[in-house]
Amino acid sequence: MSTPLLRTTLYDDHVRLNARMVEFGGWEMPVQYTGIIDEHRAVRERAGIFDVSHMGEFWVTGPDSLAFLQYVTTADVSQLGIGQAGYALFCRPDGGVVDDLFIYHLDVDRYLLVVNASNIAKDWEWINQFVGKFSVTLTNESDATALIALQGPQAEAVLQRHIGQLAIDLPFHGVSNATFDGKSIIVARTGYTGEDGFEVFSSNDDASAIWQALIGSSATACGLGARDSLRFEPCLALYGHELSDTINPYEARLGWAVKLNKGEFVGSQALTDLKSNFSRRLVAFEVTGKGIARGDYPVQAITGERIGHVTTGMPSPTLGKPLGLALVERAYAVEGGEFDVIIREKPVRAVVVKYPFYQSRYKRP
Amino acid sequence: MSFKTPSELKYIKSHEWIKIEGDTATIGISDYAQDSLGDVVYVELPDVGARFGAGDAFGAVESVKASSDLYVPAGGEVIEVNTAATEQTDLVNTDPYGNGWLIKIKLSGDQGELLDAAAYTAFVDSIKH
Repeated sequence: MSTPLLRTTLYDDHVRLNARMVEFGGWEMPVQYTGIIDEHRAVRERAGIFDVSHMGEFWVTGPDSLAFLQYVTTADVSQLGIGQAGYALFCRPDGGVVDDLFIYHLDVDRYLLVVNASNIAKDWEWINQFVGKFSVTLTNESDATALIALQGPQAEAVLQRHIGQLAIDLPFHGVSNATFDGKSIIVARTGYTGEDGFEVFSSNDDASAIWQALIGSSATACGLGARDSLRFEPCLALYGHELSDTINPYEARLGWAVKLNKGEFVGSQALTDLKSNFSRRLVAFEVTGKGIARGDYPVQAITGERIGHVTTGMPSPTLGKPLGLALVERAYAVEGGEFDVIIREKPVRAVVVKYPFYQSRYKRP
Repeated sequence: MSFKTPSELKYIKSHEWIKIEGDTATIGISDYAQDSLGDVVYVELPDVGARFGAGDAFGAVESVKASSDLYVPAGGEVIEVNTAATEQTDLVNTDPYGNGWLIKIKLSGDQGELLDAAAYTAFVDSIKH
């Protein structure tokens, strides 16, 4: 046993629900309660809740907040009005991805950044090195902030019971201060499942009551296992798999999140060059031979040469087929093309299919 | 949570069980193994006639989340494969010591360290957290 694992404020709730707890990025987190497939279906068909309090929350405040975020992220944050949230990347000067994040514009000169749990320390150090001339204050509130994701076609109806009309009025990627059964929260219409849904930020002290209230409103507790399978089907990237310091946004099909025309930012020069000159590409594939592809399995051309690797693979609970994402040489990123995934030392045939596997069902105007 | 470990079976630390009857044996995965894995959705088994030494990988069981290689507790030649388990994979979860068995082998005499039910239960307790 090395360093003790971190626990979220909802740990006791997970134990009470008989969750199977596992290590994830230094945290002891629920991987499943009743079963991954049941929990996955609950979110696709009804509503599920996830404890994602392990994720990082940084506040950016002060008169240069916008200029600072324009410089350290790939997004055009000037397009993000108060009450809106958007996806962004931190990129390295060479174009590799430090992390992916969501930016929530709460108020004038007041932004909330949500980053991956496993990257909190790295991201904090990364953004602080660029503060320099900017008049901004960065605050790491990760330890004091609980985050519960409520996702699924019934999420709106469930949340309405606790926050009222705002659950209906809040638009896709909208964010607002709100009151949940009398408790102060921030609520956003964001998520990581491909379904309509919300994310609820609260103090640690209020989190357990919010969690239990949502369970009381028939939301199904879901673990990290279902979170992974739910994000995989609509092909939402997971840092450390589809994204890394050595994978650039164009390879990961996230060019849409890089706004080169907003002015200079960290990585903009390299990204300008990479846009028309990247060598690998993320592809969606279906295993047509016998077997299930998993992350890190090698991918080779039918003629035998190595062309890449699987980033994520699993049997898709919704589609009932073994599917995968792979980062391969661009010449092989052609729908209908075939390659082999090496599964337990044997080549197993796979075919490149339409990306994504599952069309997200967000509530759009 | 406690797991079933029938006393008439032997176990190995990679969580397979073996039931030896004369010169043949039946092999499957333990109740603890199926529970750890979660809903089994894919079972890969060898062909009849395949030969393995004790401790060799003979296939895999997979859930949505994880893949787990299967190891033979004793060496031998595969004489029967449970196609019911490959077609109806939840048998491995619901009845790991019965209808969810995986392969039958003709023993070659090559055998690794086998644990009795008490020793295996103690081992599982020691790795659970």
